[in-house]
Amino acid sequence: MDNLVQIRGLRFRRGSRVIFDNVDLDIQRGKITAIMGPSGTGKTTLLKLISAQITPEAGTIIVAGQDIHSLGQSDLFELRKRMGMLFQTGALLTDLNVFENIAYPLREHTRLDERMIRYLVLIKLHAVGLRGAANLMPAELSGGMARRVALARAIILDPMMIMYDEPFGGQDPISMGVLIKLIKTMNDNLGLTSIIVSHDVAEVSMIADYIYIISNGNIMDQGTPAELEKTNSEWAKQFLKGLPDGPVHFHYPAPEYSKDLFGI
Amino acid sequence: MQNIVCWMTNCFALLGQWAIHLFERTGRSALFLSRIFQSIPSTIVRPWLILQQLYSVGVLTIIIVLVAGAFVGMVLGLQGYNILVRFNSESSLGTMVGLTLVRELGPVVTALLFAGRAGSALTAELGLMKTTDQFSAMEMMAVDPFKRVIAPRFLAGFISMPLLAAIFSAVGIYGGYFVGVALLGVDDGAFWMQMQKSVDFHEDFMNGVWKSITFGFVATWIALFEGYDTVPTSEGVGRATTQSVVHASLAVLALNFILTALTLETN
Repeated sequence: MDNLVQIRGLRFRRGSRVIFDNVDLDIQRGKITAIMGPSGTGKTTLLKLISAQITPEAGTIIVAGQDIHSLGQSDLFELRKRMGMLFQTGALLTDLNVFENIAYPLREHTRLDERMIRYLVLIKLHAVGLRGAANLMPAELSGGMARRVALARAIILDPMMIMYDEPFGGQDPISMGVLIKLIKTMNDNLGLTSIIVSHDVAEVSMIADYIYIISNGNIMDQGTPAELEKTNSEWAKQFLKGLPDGPVHFHYPAPEYSKDLFGI
Repeated sequence: MQNIVCWMTNCFALLGQWAIHLFERTGRSALFLSRIFQSIPSTIVRPWLILQQLYSVGVLTIIIVLVAGAFVGMVLGLQGYNILVRFNSESSLGTMVGLTLVRELGPVVTALLFAGRAGSALTAELGLMKTTDQFSAMEMMAVDPFKRVIAPRFLAGFISMPLLAAIFSAVGIYGGYFVGVALLGVDDGAFWMQMQKSVDFHEDFMNGVWKSITFGFVATWIALFEGYDTVPTSEGVGRATTQSVVHASLAVLALNFILTALTLETN
């Protein structure tokens, strides 16, 4: 199997809390892989580990044949030019307008003339439906629009891999439909590899080739959407169907309700 | 007895934690400064980045420096005249105003104003950039935020401070002149001549310049570090901004004493 990302023996913790405990995970080249799991299980942390924004306690993460955590800054930056990331917050540069935000990587890493930069930026903006918003400042955008601009920026250098952190959050049904189609089309037509972190089970299952469900520092289940639909794991069934009762507790550990309320 | 032992143990533990935290932050700030130095060559080849920051750090601070300088100079003129007139030496008012501003008040008050206006703005800006993942986004775009964001701001602060201090002193001298000469009747020629005779370029003027360069360096470093090291929450940004002003102001006052003592020792 051709893996673009190969994670072996990953251990990571924040303070005393273990986020990943000896995790092995593969991201296949040219496929859409979804990382799912309850809130606070470390899905975004996993993306940050894959892109070497943070360092693991133990284990290796191989990206495109290179151990990303052993690279020096210049080699890491060379690799990152081929990686795009859509942040949960959008992370747009607040002192630049929409157009300049998307043009930023082009201006930093290429010597394209102004006309070519304009073409490329407008093409990407058109793809995310925001060509008309080119002159707006980030503060004038809604959360969903900011994420679409961030998506346009993430794909402007035509990377080999894109990591999406909650791409569907704050999107209206029309935008969500277009985004799902766009992610799938880009992945198939441009030969990208996509990693999607999301809670939107139905939407992600429509386009993902493979899904990992993580929780409590481990991979709870994995497989294609069809395989996961028939899974025997009670845990995965509850998560995928959004059931209130099951092995996953909705409530954060707490004393008994009546005792807490009335002290009896 | 056991309670006292327990209390003392807790006190020692807290003291130890505070010391570890202090050393850790000092180390991080030193590493931060070394990364700024490493990034300066790449920043110098992009002068427009420094020019943009000179505007927001330096030019936007001029108004407050002009107003404060004028009032400080006017107070100096008023107080100086009232003291000197008792000894019939009001003609030395120019010397007093000039030396006080150039050697002490110019660099120190400008640095305090700089920490309050430009320093707090730098901390809040960097803190918000961190909170909204903008540094991470830049790093993911293979752009080093130290080269594009932090080093230009550092250089702008470093360059702006001596210029702002010079403006403060110049306006202050005219403020003292206005009160002393135009309002209280000190002789015009004596005011300027005494000042010219007493204020030495190397010993006094350059002393003030070195001080303001040092204060600019320290105040900008503290402001940028506090912003970069902020806890990425709205409360964290608020706390970092306050800390930036408090730490920079205290550092400026302490350094001023050390530099003054060193200068007097040398003289």
